[in-house]
This record gives sequence, C-alpha cells and structure tokens, in this order.
Amino acid sequence: MISMAVVELSRLQFALTALYHFLFVPLTLGLSFMLVIMESVYVMTDRPIWRDITRFWGKLFGINFVLGVATGLTMEFEFGTNWAYYSHYVGDIFGAPLAIEGLMAFFLEATFVGLMFFGWDRLSKRGHLLTTFMVALGSNLSALWILVANGWMQHPIGATFNPETMRMEVTDFMAVIFNPVAQAKFVHTVSAGYVCASVFVLGVSAYYLLKGKHIAIAKRSFTVAAAFGLAASLSVVVLGDESGYALTENQKMKLAAIEGMWQTEPAPAGLTLFGLPSNSGRETTHEIKVPYVLGLISTRSLTGEVTGINQLVDTAKVRIAAGIIAYDAVETLKVDRNDLVAREAFERNKADLGYALLLKRFIADPRQADAATIEKAAWSTVPNVPAIFWMFRIMAGLGFAFIAFFATAFAFSSMRRFDARWFLKLALFMMPMPWIAIEVGWAVAEIGRQPWAVDGVLPTFLAASSLTVPQLWTTIIGFTLLYGILAVIEVKLMLATIAKGPERYVPWRPDSPAEPAPDFRAVPAE
Amino acid sequence: MTIPLDYETLRVIWWLLLGVLLIGFALTDGFDLGSAALLPFAGRTDAERRMIINSVGATWEGNQVWFILGGGAIFAAWPFVYAVSFSGFYLAMFLVLSALILRPVGFKYRSKKPDARWRAGWDWALFVGGLVPALVFGVAVGNVLVGAPFRLDGDLRMFYEGSLLGLFTPFTLLTGLLSVAMLVLHGAGWLSLKTEGPVLQRVRLYGQGAAILSILLFAIGGLFVAWSGMGYRVDGVIDPNGPSNPHMGGAVAAAGAWLDNYGAHPWMLLAPLLGFAGPVLALLGIRGRRDTLVFAGSSIANVGIISTVGLSMFPFILPSSIDPGSSLTAWNASSSHGTLFTMLICTVIFLPIVLAYTAWAYKVMFGRVTDREIRLNPDFY
Repeated sequence: MISMAVVELSRLQFALTALYHFLFVPLTLGLSFMLVIMESVYVMTDRPIWRDITRFWGKLFGINFVLGVATGLTMEFEFGTNWAYYSHYVGDIFGAPLAIEGLMAFFLEATFVGLMFFGWDRLSKRGHLLTTFMVALGSNLSALWILVANGWMQHPIGATFNPETMRMEVTDFMAVIFNPVAQAKFVHTVSAGYVCASVFVLGVSAYYLLKGKHIAIAKRSFTVAAAFGLAASLSVVVLGDESGYALTENQKMKLAAIEGMWQTEPAPAGLTLFGLPSNSGRETTHEIKVPYVLGLISTRSLTGEVTGINQLVDTAKVRIAAGIIAYDAVETLKVDRNDLVAREAFERNKADLGYALLLKRFIADPRQADAATIEKAAWSTVPNVPAIFWMFRIMAGLGFAFIAFFATAFAFSSMRRFDARWFLKLALFMMPMPWIAIEVGWAVAEIGRQPWAVDGVLPTFLAASSLTVPQLWTTIIGFTLLYGILAVIEVKLMLATIAKGPERYVPWRPDSPAEPAPDFRAVPAE
Repeated sequence: MTIPLDYETLRVIWWLLLGVLLIGFALTDGFDLGSAALLPFAGRTDAERRMIINSVGATWEGNQVWFILGGGAIFAAWPFVYAVSFSGFYLAMFLVLSALILRPVGFKYRSKKPDARWRAGWDWALFVGGLVPALVFGVAVGNVLVGAPFRLDGDLRMFYEGSLLGLFTPFTLLTGLLSVAMLVLHGAGWLSLKTEGPVLQRVRLYGQGAAILSILLFAIGGLFVAWSGMGYRVDGVIDPNGPSNPHMGGAVAAAGAWLDNYGAHPWMLLAPLLGFAGPVLALLGIRGRRDTLVFAGSSIANVGIISTVGLSMFPFILPSSIDPGSSLTAWNASSSHGTLFTMLICTVIFLPIVLAYTAWAYKVMFGRVTDREIRLNPDFY
C-alpha cells in the first residue's frame, strides 16, 4: 500500500506543474488566433502597420509559447512518472487522446511555429498567414485532445473493466471522443484562453495609450482585443453554463459542492449566492439564495431535481456494497478465470467496482469492511466543499466582470475613443484577472473530482506510483526552482519587450546590398 | 466493431511503430541534441554560436514532438511500458525533463539580450539540454538491456527496487556514451549541411571523433552483450493473442539470449551491420568533404544502432532483473486489441500528413546559414 504522504505529495507536484503549465497555455490559445486576425487584416489591406502589429504581438507570443512547450514536456510524462498505477489502469483509454494530440495537433503547431518566426522573408504573404493559422489551429486542437482526456476522467464513458488485465479497456472509442463533458470543457477552456489573450492585448495597448507611445498600433490592437474579447467572454460564460448542465448528468457531487447544497431541495432548486459551507459540520450557514435559478440552469426544467450531498453519500453507500461483490468476483477470477458464478456476479456489479476500491484507504481487503468503514468510505466521496464553493464564485464573478469590461471596451472602440484614462487604468488592473479565473477554474474542476482520479472508477490514492517521499521532495523542489527561475526570466523579457515596443520591419533579402554598420554587434532585433 | 487485423499482428505492428518513433526522434531531434552538445565547442564567437543555433532554430521544435509523441504513443499502445519505465527511472526522467526544459527557453531567449554573460549562460544551458538527455537515454537503454529491478503484484501495481545511482554501471555508461557519440555525430552531420567557415571546419573535426567513438563503443557494447551473460528468454508456450497481463507469460534470464534472434533470423544482422556502416560512411564523407554523405552516414548509424537493440530483445520490451516473470514483452504489455487498431488507423491517417508538412518546412528553410544572414536577418535568434 502506498503511503498517503506519497499520494499527497504526488498531488501537490501534479497541481504545481499543471497550474504552472496553464499559466502559458491560455495566452497561446488566444493570442495565436488574434495573430491570425491581425495578419489577415495585413494580407487584406496590404498596410505594413498591420504587419508590424502582428510581428510585435508575435514576439510576445513567442516568449510565452516556449514556456508552454517546455512545461508541457513534464505533463506528457508525469502520468507515467507519478501516476503509474493510473497509467496502467486507464492507459488503454487515456493514452489514446494524448497520442492523437501529438500526432494531429502538436506536430502541426510546433512545425509551423518555426516557420512563423523564421518565414517572414521566405514565404509569400498568404503562405505566412497560412503558417500562422496552422499554429493557431494546432494549439487549439491540442486543447481539444487534452480535454477529451480530461473529460474522460470526469465522465468515464465508453470503457469497461477487464479482470484478465486488471484495467479499464475501451468499448466505444467514439463515445470517448464525443463525450459531452469533454466537448463542453473544450469550448469553455479555449474561450477562457481567448479572454485571457484579449485582456492581455487590451492591457498592453492601454499602457501605450496612457504613456502616449505607439498610439497607432495601440489603437488598432485595442480594437481587435475589444471585439475578440467581447465574443470570447460571452462564450466562456454561456458555455461554462453548458459545463454546469453536463455536470448534472454525471458529477452530481461536484455540483452539490459548488452550491454547498447538503440536502436535496424540491425542484427547482435555488442558486446560492453566498454562504459559509463546512465539511466538518456538514452544512452551509448564512445562505443567500436566488430561488429557482439553479434548478433552471442545471436541469433546464422546472421539475428536475438537483441532488444534495447527504443524498449522494447515501447513494455511495449502496454502490460500495455492490462494489464489494464485484471486487470479490474479481479476486475469484484472478485465481480461476473460468469461474462462471464469479463472472456473472462481476458483470452485474462491475459499474460499482471503483466504489469498493474507496475502502482500500481504510482497510486492506474491502471484503472485510464493516458498516462503520463503509460509512466512512461513503463520506470520503465528499470533496472539499468550502474550497470549491468559494473558488467557483471567484471564477464565475470574474467571468461576468469580463463581459462588462469588454462591452465597455467595445463601446469605446466603436466610438473611436481611446482616451478615457479611467478605463485605460482599469484595463491595466484587469491584466492578472483572467489568470486568476483560469487557475481557480482548473482547481474547481479537479478538486471537485476528488476523491477520484477517474470519477467512480479509480480513487486518487490508488493511482499514484510506488515512489518514496524523498524522491518526491527532490522533484518538487527541483521543479519549483527551475520553474521559478524561468518565470522570473520570462516576465522580465516580456516587460522588456513591452517597454521596447513595436518596431518597423524592414524585410531582409539574401541579396540586399546593405552591409551592417561596424557597431552592429550581431544582436538580432528580437 | 470487428477488427480486421488479429491481436498478434497489431502487437507486432505497434512494436515496429515503437521503433519507428524512437528512430524518428533520433533522426530528427537527435541532431538538435547533438548540435546543442557541440554548441560551446564548435562555435567560439557569438556569431559562430548563433550560426549553430539558427541551423536548428526553425525546425527543432517540430523535431521535439517526436519525443512527446513517443511518450503519448507508448502510453496509448504500451501502457505497462509507460507506467513501469517512467516511474521506475523516476529521477533519471526528472534529469532528462529538466534538461529538455532548458532547450525551448534557451533557443528563444539566448539572443534576446546582447549581454555576453547572459548568452554564455544560455549556451551552457543548451549544452546541458543536448548532452544530458543524450547520455541518460543511452544509460536507460543499457538498463533495459540488462533488465530493470521491478516486480508487479497481483493487482499489477509496479514496485521498483533500484536507485538513481544504481542505473549507472560500467555497461550502461558505455551505452550512454555510445548514445552521446551517435547523436553528436548526427549533430555534426546536420551542421555539416547547414554551416560554413570555421564552424564547419570544427564540426568536421568533432564529427570524425564521434564517428570513431561510435564504432568502438558499439563494438565493445556488442561484445559485452554477447559474453557477459546478459539476456532473457520466453520460457514455455506463450499466446501472442492472449490478454495483456505480464503474469501470464513465463520469462527467464538466459545468458547470451540477446543473440538468439540473429541465429533464428540471420537477416537481422543487417541492423548491426548498418550500425557500423553508418559511422564509416560519415567518416568517408568528412574525409572527402561530402557533407550529404556525412549526414546520410550519421542517419544510417542511428537506424542501425537503435534497430540492433530492438531486434536483439524482441519480443522483450522491458525485462525485469529481479522477477523475470514480471517482464514486459510485445505479447503481454500492450493496450487492448481495439485500442491498438484505432491508434493504427489514426497513425496511418496522420503520420503521412505530418511527414509532408515537415518536409515542406525543411524545404522552406533549406540552405546554409551564412555569416551574412546571421548579421542581417532580424528574425534570427
């Protein structure tokens, strides 16, 4: 049995590396498409200023992009290094979208990104625009496949447990790909990336406008960001709602935790705006509720019921009991794979096998569990309610704030007014907000999934590798130092590039006669 | 869904594809690693180093995807191998990742500041980012040949009983150095095509050394494998169509068993033959100033040496030294029949597309990086 210290440290490391990776990815997702928009204007209008705009934001894109790539390396291998049992248990399903991501998306993105930076003088205008588009397409397809993988952890469909190989295996690959949770998550996540990039471009443009520098480029960038950001912020909230809808079908516990809702309410349930939920007290006090709204959002009807935590725990108890039968059958089948009675018992109860595994946290052999242990295991299905409750409210609150913010920006840019200093200052203040919303959004999704690595299938504490505490500390400290140093360097280079501002591009030709000045020092413009 | 290919055939195909991915990685990103390892030595001045960096600058990122795809494809097709190798070689993997993380950042950030110390720092970071992965990959392959100290329990959970330092034995250091020599040779092969002037002269010199070293180390390594009592053999009848459960096939340690396949299938000797022929061709190319031949030779060396390891071990992929019965083979460590087939379809569709646009990218960037362009092109690193 692996120690809980190893499990908790493995979770800590995964959270650190994933949250860090996801500081860079959203900007890549959004900025790549904004580059496509800007460069399209250049190709259509043939005005060099739009090329300078594209190149300037492209430079910032590049500084950010490489860290996304570098930290993505860790993610691709971290399931194997730190979650070996998970990798064995669900690799048959989970590995596929990761491999397809490499084959279909990341190759595209990484091959064309080189040409995007090096190809300005080697490609035709349209050729270069195509290259930029391929980078945007590749990075967004990347997100699609990663979220197909993640969506399966939240809502594992199209797979079943095979006692002969002791793992989950695919039964319906199309169901895995077209998982409704994955689809909703994909649109929600890439839209969040577009919001992030829009806030970034708007913020930097506002800085130039406040300083009275690079006005022509700042105004144009402001306009692009305002329009793109308004569309994206509407999409992120509306399609975030779609994720909420999907939750009701499978991850009821997550929804109940988000709402701090311990008791099932008569339909339609009210939406909790404020409250003080507590895991130990098993209640939420000081609630302020808006009647009917939650029921409407999450079931799309007036009669659909939203289940409370207490009732979900009761369901878990029943599923644990069934899971023990499945577990017993698997143990019998290990000894004799042709035992027909065990095979039949397994087939009837296999959907609940994961619930029996929850008991392993408290007892080595789930078949020996008494009623008190089952009760404990059932309650262990409740995630950290206050954390989820509050982080969700931060995310959702920021989501609505972005809509108001971009609506205002769009109004100003439509009126060609770029001098409202209060708004320009607000734009600067808003710059860190999308990152906060995105990171807490990730935390809601993944903490809300606990105690499961794969919902209802494999508990997190069983998923970890058989590592030691010193090994984990070595890598946690190592990654923290390495990532910390790189973060400082990245931010400094970003700031230096912003301070330097956009430059006029003079196309270089291999046959151009100009020799560099003697003091050129061989320092490239970038 | 009825699957038109049987399980055994799909497992062989995916064993081959595993080889294709590793060779694809070595052939493409291998020369990026080699070039980075040569960077501080083949380039003395800032302009010379920028010549090397920009020789790989536009294409290395796509090449690196072979490594990432390798990880994803092993996960999808050989989940046991993914789980056991990466968690078993845990700290070694951390070393590789840390070194590889330095590369994207190093290439992109190095020339962003004119400061000499800044640039020298990144040059050495890039050197580490090239050398350490090359070395550790080779050490890892050596350990795979020897067998890794792991066992699987009844739930197929893996327990590893080795340490980071335990990975480094004389034999595995030899394979590590062979890997470095082979990839440095490949880096030299690439830079022969892409550079000019004094850099080209030095690259040829280092390439010569790497080629000779590759031949020597490959020969010593081969003799060691033959005579040190290394090897594993499948004991008894195994069902190549059976379920993927390592406990179901009995494997035993058997001295000299890594040579069995060459006796049974003499055509396989082609692989070690290419492993020697490649560096020899590269040497001839360097002597005759025929740069294309150098790169062709270093490429053949990669194909030959990596294939030799794979063919010697087949059907083993990762044998266990402490519990041979837990060994992972092509018959017991794969994904399910359905997943292997689905992934094959995806590969058949997408890999040709990838190869097509990769070839186009190389065509766009074709030609030597000249000293003039280094000084004039504002897009160069």
